[in-house]
Amino acid sequence: MPKDQPDLDLSPQVSDEVRKTTCYMCACRCGINVHMKDGKVAYIEGNKDHPVNQGVLCAKGSAGIMQHNAPSRLRAPLKRVGPRGSGEFEEISWDEALDIAAGWLEPIRNDDPKKLAFFTGRDQSQSFTSLWAQGFGTPNYAAHGGFCSVNMAAAGIYTMGGAFWEFGQPDWDNTKMFMLFGVAEDHDSNPIKMGIGKIKARGAKVIGVNPIRTGYNAVADDWVGITPGTDGLFILALVHCLMKAGRVDLDYLARYTNASVLVNEDPKSEQFGLFLRDDDGNSLVIDRRTGKLAPWNGKGVEPDLTGTYRHKGITHRPVFHQMADRYLKPEYAPEAVADRCGIPAARIRAIAADLARVAFDEAIELDRKWTDFRGVKHDKMIGRPVSMHAMRGISAHSNGFQTCRALHVLQIILGTVEVPGGMRFKPPYPKPPHAHPKPHGLAIPGGPLGGPHLGFTHGPEDLLIEEDNTPQRIDKAFSWDNPMSSHGLMHMVISNAYAGSPYKIDTLFMYMANMSWNSSMNTTGVMEMLTEHDEDGNYTIPHIIYSDAYSSEMVAYADLIFPDTTYLERHDCISLLDRPICEADAVADAIRWPVVEPDRDVRGFQTVLCQLGAKLKLPGFVNEDGSAKYEDYADYITNHMRRPGVGPLAGWRLGENATLQHGRGEPNEGQLQSYINNGGFWLEHVPEEAAYYKPWSMEYQEWAVKMGFYDSVQPYIFQLYVEPMRKFQLAAEGYGKRQPPDHLREQINRTMNPLPIWYEPIEETMVDHDEYPIHALTQRPMAMYHSWGTQNAWLRQIHGRNPLYVPTKLWEQHGFTEGDWARVSSVHGTITVPVAHQASLNQNTVWTWNAIGKRKGAWALAEDASETNEGFLLNHLIHELLPPKGDGLRWANSDPITGQAAWFDLRVKMEKVAAPDRSQPAHPPIKSPVGKGPENLEWKVGK
Amino acid sequence: MTQLPTSTDKKLGLVIDLDTCVGCHACVVSCKGWNTENYGAPLSDQNAYSGAASGTFLNRVHSYEVQPPEGQAQLIHFPKSCLHCDDAPCVTVCPTGASYKRQEDGIVLVNESSCIGCGLCAWACPYGARELDAAEGVMKKCTLCVDRIYNENLPEEDRQPACVRTCPAGARHFGDFADPDSNVSILTAERGGMDLMPELGTSPVNKYLPPRPKDTSTDIDILAPYLTPVAEDGQGFIGWLDKALSAFPGGSK
Amino acid sequence: MHPAPSVIVFTTFSGLGFGLLFWLGLGMPAPTGMTAFVFFVLAYLCAVGGLLASTFHLGHPERFLKAFSQWQTSWLSREGIAAVVTLLIMALYGAGLVFLGAKWSVLGWLGALGSLVTVGTTSMIYAQMKTVPRWRHWSTPGIFVSFSLGGGALMAGQTTIALILLLVAAAFQIASWVIGDNQLANSGTTIETATGLGHIGKVRAFEPPHTGTNYLMKEFIHVVGRKHALKLRIIGAILGFAVPIAFLAVGVTHLTAFLAIASHVAGVLALRWLFFAQAEHVVGLYYGKR
Ligand SMILES: Nc1nc2c(c(=O)[nH]1)N[C@H]1C(S)=C(S)[C@@H](COP(=O)(O)OP(=O)(O)OC[C@H]3O[C@@H](n4cnc5c(=O)[nH]c(N)nc54)[C@H](O)[C@@H]3O)O[C@H]1N2
Ligand SMILES: Nc1nc2c(c(=O)[nH]1)N[C@H]1C(S)=C(S)[C@@H](COP(=O)(O)OP(=O)(O)OC[C@H]3O[C@@H](n4cnc5c(=O)[nH]c(N)nc54)[C@H](O)[C@@H]3O)O[C@H]1N2
Ligand code: SF4
Ligand code: SF4
Ligand code: SF4
Ligand code: SF4
Ligand code: SF4
Ligand SMILES: [Mo]
Repeated sequence: MPKDQPDLDLSPQVSDEVRKTTCYMCACRCGINVHMKDGKVAYIEGNKDHPVNQGVLCAKGSAGIMQHNAPSRLRAPLKRVGPRGSGEFEEISWDEALDIAAGWLEPIRNDDPKKLAFFTGRDQSQSFTSLWAQGFGTPNYAAHGGFCSVNMAAAGIYTMGGAFWEFGQPDWDNTKMFMLFGVAEDHDSNPIKMGIGKIKARGAKVIGVNPIRTGYNAVADDWVGITPGTDGLFILALVHCLMKAGRVDLDYLARYTNASVLVNEDPKSEQFGLFLRDDDGNSLVIDRRTGKLAPWNGKGVEPDLTGTYRHKGITHRPVFHQMADRYLKPEYAPEAVADRCGIPAARIRAIAADLARVAFDEAIELDRKWTDFRGVKHDKMIGRPVSMHAMRGISAHSNGFQTCRALHVLQIILGTVEVPGGMRFKPPYPKPPHAHPKPHGLAIPGGPLGGPHLGFTHGPEDLLIEEDNTPQRIDKAFSWDNPMSSHGLMHMVISNAYAGSPYKIDTLFMYMANMSWNSSMNTTGVMEMLTEHDEDGNYTIPHIIYSDAYSSEMVAYADLIFPDTTYLERHDCISLLDRPICEADAVADAIRWPVVEPDRDVRGFQTVLCQLGAKLKLPGFVNEDGSAKYEDYADYITNHMRRPGVGPLAGWRLGENATLQHGRGEPNEGQLQSYINNGGFWLEHVPEEAAYYKPWSMEYQEWAVKMGFYDSVQPYIFQLYVEPMRKFQLAAEGYGKRQPPDHLREQINRTMNPLPIWYEPIEETMVDHDEYPIHALTQRPMAMYHSWGTQNAWLRQIHGRNPLYVPTKLWEQHGFTEGDWARVSSVHGTITVPVAHQASLNQNTVWTWNAIGKRKGAWALAEDASETNEGFLLNHLIHELLPPKGDGLRWANSDPITGQAAWFDLRVKMEKVAAPDRSQPAHPPIKSPVGKGPENLEWKVGK
Repeated sequence: MTQLPTSTDKKLGLVIDLDTCVGCHACVVSCKGWNTENYGAPLSDQNAYSGAASGTFLNRVHSYEVQPPEGQAQLIHFPKSCLHCDDAPCVTVCPTGASYKRQEDGIVLVNESSCIGCGLCAWACPYGARELDAAEGVMKKCTLCVDRIYNENLPEEDRQPACVRTCPAGARHFGDFADPDSNVSILTAERGGMDLMPELGTSPVNKYLPPRPKDTSTDIDILAPYLTPVAEDGQGFIGWLDKALSAFPGGSK
Repeated sequence: MHPAPSVIVFTTFSGLGFGLLFWLGLGMPAPTGMTAFVFFVLAYLCAVGGLLASTFHLGHPERFLKAFSQWQTSWLSREGIAAVVTLLIMALYGAGLVFLGAKWSVLGWLGALGSLVTVGTTSMIYAQMKTVPRWRHWSTPGIFVSFSLGGGALMAGQTTIALILLLVAAAFQIASWVIGDNQLANSGTTIETATGLGHIGKVRAFEPPHTGTNYLMKEFIHVVGRKHALKLRIIGAILGFAVPIAFLAVGVTHLTAFLAIASHVAGVLALRWLFFAQAEHVVGLYYGKR
């Protein structure tokens, strides 16, 4: 070393110890190495062995230390002392907090359990929280899925037994063309980035379909700047082109989908549009070997795509014929949709042709043998290396369910699902809709609910309604309003409870959802509903219990706060019963564990539920002698059994003679320690011969039973045609015992088409396009998680305020210059916000980053914080209800099939205005129950 | 020691792939985390929870919009940290010798215990790669994670910069540019790795891979045959289907 | 560039101080005793005061000794050494005049040379910056040296020389404005070369890396200053040159001399403020700002 260079220590000690757990800065659930110095968290990096992130870590994950130490952390249970919304609280003991809660809950459980509405946010302990709610007996339980992306999830499951996101992923290593629809970030944050990185490294092609060209869409080789809400049209035009050219995978369609299943085509039949079935209820196809009817799953059957069947004067034709009839029509031709989608017809054709080229000319073959469920042995695995992924850009519209369905149909006709190079499910998916439970909604005083709250409906008989069609649930899920609302409608709970429609409730119990702020549509309205009094001077929603870990906007609107720990201070399980961390090649689950002990009087929320459950003597939470069944959540994770041999965690269970085994097995006291020793997760690879074709592969099916995903093999075929939808349509046409109310017949009949269609997003049909010519959207910033990120001293420097991005055309039209402000209005409300110019943007669309704007006083921020002065929420322009139709009814601004909140159907107008002193609407500050954060930070743990 | 070495034994640096960077800021924050806890003073933050928050970061991700003469505008995410220039003007201006370029690997560093915090090196750097820490009053810059890349307390595979290790998209590559067979040299050669502000004569070691050409698939001509119709309507399609299926092995009828 | 008060005060007063020392060293004037004492105190107040002011923007002023070590490459180091050497020489020379009434001319000439070198090195700190094209020009040493010598002459009571040098300084100042206004454009450095993306098309900064501010933005991006540039240029030129020249032309009295100096100092402060405020650092290109 040259002598005048300083002597450097090139091998400093990095830390005293590394503790491996799971990140919770978002729901992606990456593995993290927490480096400890002097017993404190010093540095967080990705865990290289972890299946989800393989060592990488996003900005949020790396900033976890600032979240864990945020000054906004709640310190003790809180009892409201000022009026709701004031933020005035008194710290109380846990005993008092649990007494208060039990004092409210016990009477309603004995009287009418549905007076409790228990809704949770984006946590993934839903298999646990729903068990609690079941034990309590209220039908009113759901998580955030209904306002998040139920369209995507439900369309995936109804169509192919699995959705994107944590249930399915592109075959990143083999795909040659990747098409991404409406994704800014997604839950699978790191895996998508890693995948795009892999594709890019190979020089393979990425096509981004999105009105906005940022992030993933910025690196896309081709950007399709589509008009919001029109993806269904664009996709069906691709389907049109491909079918017209015969560029479809006939063999795949015949064998693995219901393209070959026969449909009753007699308009006068009560079975019109339903499948021809045998006595066992199996749908029927024509076997090409015999030309005769055969069950779809018959041994050796070769389903025919063309054979028709006439019986008793009724013609039955295969689904595929119906598809040809519909999608070859000129209304689906590129020329017919181009203007509406804002994509030139030539471009649509070019994309269709490219899909055809890659899927068929660049097909790949793996030399792997496998056996299908009809007993046919295959020597090879044929891959069509086209993969697709989509999220809220297509699902958060009121036509989103059908659009997601259309996308799956496109994938399926190309033969790209569950094949090499295409899209693959992650165990325990695939799982067809009939393998999921049906929803349960009957409340019995003092008793538990009959079964799980959420599930899949297969026809009117599964709806949760009374004789007179009154919804059983407060959110009206599984009612005629939205018959297939598999995740509930969290966005309607407060609004319905306030309106007493379908009934009033007593206690609203929420966990981890910032409902008085970014989580709600119509934010100001929600604050009013939460603070409104009835004639007797009581709050219209009498009691609100809320669990948060931080001083969020929602805390101020609750009466009783259960302060949670941070993610580094508690046990959690990311379970196969819920939304596990699996990859297409591996089944895996994971835990969080207290890598540090809390330094405040806080408790993990799940532990609190165990304690509250025991106090209320809920079934499942007490032993026969009435004592508490679980001391805490760790105890539950270890000892709870859902089905014989199946518990929350699949790794290191006990087999016979106390041997350790994975998948099924008895509880093991040392299980959590085994997880900790293994880096916080458990993983087992899918056998090679079961790696693809999972719904049809007997190798996979048998392995899945062994692992405990299902109790018996259940192969199935993809549902291009979703028969349950047709059953709802039939009801709307007047058939069957259960009949929809008249005002909903037209909507059900029009929207619940069993083959994908496109219809104009509902709010858009009610808004004057000349007056409100502009689409308005939000996107997730990659370095910020909803509202939580703001309390993070590092992340808030990256996204401390948000402008409204305006495309060139509108920028010039309004004469904007840098630093200008605009007043933006929808039919529901008005905001005044700063604007910024973006050229790479659909020319009729404006957008902003989601959830950057903050309420003054929240998150331990000073009142001059940029988030509160320049930051803003678009939510003030969005409403949970559609504009009134004058019929006195409350029409939810949701997908009429699933109830998915239609965040992105928003249309606005805009005018340039002088800059106000802060963005509008400006809500008054709330008092902070935790004080304010320090001015300066010099964070270093080791010295 | 502000005289630059005439040559260095290795030329360690980064390749940043602008075709792949999705602008996620992961590298920004992992850099902040590592360097707050390691080399020298922590990277401090001012007004951490109030208005006009600011702090020291050694790596920041810009984004630019580029309007080609024809076609759609493009958006490019652009991470930027010290480029470890061969002719580093930041080193030669330093009055104290705190700034130096290492002989053995070319890493440009600040010896914080000698730094008077005059800021001149930041003035001399065209790239905005140096930030004076407001709490500590010393100059901070990317160290190329010199305390990771040789660190024997880290597993071999982790001996790379924090930002490279964390980048989810794999848009950052670390290696020795003096070795023509290194990953970074090969990437630079294959993908046309470029210098920033080459006219300033700083000879940056870090290279940027330009975005690949975009929006090229509007040309339908070569692809048109893929869409040659087999049928115009449902009926014709069924006819085609019959024929197509009978061509299958064991074709029916 | 951010016009930091400490740097403005430093360059203005150390320039004046060394300018005065320059003339004192040349023996123009060559007072002795109390008069010499007053002159030297004034010169040292300016020069040392300026130097001390410059330490206000240092993060670690207590380590200032280290700043003398890198004379081989660093203009700041050279400036420090030149300043200290000059101040020592001139202290000796001054002591001779004040206490002994002796005029050691060789020392004086050396001190004068040292003063010139010191101001020259100061100017080179700025003139060397490739990153600030406006500064990287002969007019920068021109301004610094002519301001220093002109102001020094004014304080030294060298009316005629002051008159001429103030005109020269004004000429340098105007030249630097005329040329400087195109320097960034002529430098060939643009947002396109900064990003390497020019081959695709026209580049525009979209989002800054952080919505929060940072050291670089505070230090190098100063858009406000340029908005009032013309106004300030006129004010600076009037105060710095026109008024002192007018006073000198009218006739020198203690009062007019004092007013001329005061006006000159005020003018130079304004011009120095502009010198920084108007200078665009190329890093601003990355932020889409100049
Ligand atoms: N305009 C617009 N609005 C939207 C959307 C949109 O696209 N556009 N998207 C919608 C969607 S999809 C969603 S999912 C929602 C998300 O909205 P929310 O789920 O409300 O999101 P967060 O802001 O993350 O709020 C969750 C709450 O959980 C708290 N929390 C964080 N960590 C913990 C913890 O460890 N324990 C506990 N108990 N609490 C914790 C936070 O402090 C915060 O108060 O936003 C919706 N709102
Ligand atoms: N960093 C970070 N990650 C997150 C979150 C977060 O807050 N921060 N939130 C998590 C949550 S709760 C969720 S639900 C997921 C959501 O993940 P995403 O689905 O990626 O959610 P959004 O950011 O709402 O992105 C919606 C995208 O759809 C586009 N879009 C809108 N309308 C249309 C349309 O009609 N057609 C097309 N093609 N595109 C359209 C928008 O431009 C935007 O890019 O992200 C999760 N991951
Ligand atoms: S994506 Fe980021 S925040 Fe989410 S779990 Fe992974 S590392 Fe944590
Ligand atoms: S990038 Fe800047 S700080 Fe780094 S070596 Fe080059 S000039 Fe110096
Ligand atoms: S700030 Fe420190 S490193 Fe930079 S030039 Fe001054 S003394 Fe050298
Ligand atoms: S190499 Fe290290 S110091 Fe440099 S930017 Fe990357 S993480 Fe930061
Ligand atoms: S981590 Fe990688 S993808 Fe993310 S901003 Fe940095 S370089 Fe780009
Ligand atoms: Mo969500």
